[in-house]
Amino acid sequence: MTNDIVNIIIIIALIIVACAMLGIVYRVIKGPTLADRVVALDALGISLMAMIALFSVLLNTKYYISIIMLLGVLAFLGTAAFAKFMERGEIVEYDRHNRDHR
Amino acid sequence: MIDTIVIIVSMIFIILGALLSVISAIGLIRLPDVYTRAHAASKSSTLGVMFMMFGVFLYFLGRDHHFEPTLLLAILFIFTTGPIGGHLIMRSAYYSETPYTETTVRDDLNIE
Repeated sequence: MTNDIVNIIIIIALIIVACAMLGIVYRVIKGPTLADRVVALDALGISLMAMIALFSVLLNTKYYISIIMLLGVLAFLGTAAFAKFMERGEIVEYDRHNRDHR
Repeated sequence: MIDTIVIIVSMIFIILGALLSVISAIGLIRLPDVYTRAHAASKSSTLGVMFMMFGVFLYFLGRDHHFEPTLLLAILFIFTTGPIGGHLIMRSAYYSETPYTETTVRDDLNIE
């Protein structure tokens, strides 16, 4: 009895988050500048973390929880790398003292 | 009895988080500017995902008394890195001269 209600609520929440992800994908496709697309991709990764959490409730397992943490780290690293690329044009700068050895 | 109450509270948290996520997507579609869109995306979607993860944490706590510390760590991580990511992107967007709307009246970073 309780399980059915929980499943229905989780499925409704999944559908709502999927509609939100569709809106974010619209901004990724249409966005006029590069910063729009990076912001939308960041929000898309965070929404994907929420979807995995909801799926772990729906499939009744606890082994998906570590994937959420991994995905959060990867989304933040991608956002930081893109921000640095947009600002300076390169992501990993080589050391100034080693410039003539390269 | 207390388990049922905890599960009901977790369901309320999940629904509220999903609605906040939808509000974030609406703001991302309708707002006119890169900076306002990042305002919507970083704040609202961060809070929505934190609500949903706290709901999942309460659900696992209430149904089979399983304390999952990874979810609390994920909530803390999102709370730290979501606004930092938004700040980094907006800073690089300003310095690469992304235009803002015509209704902007004040630019504090523009020192002449």
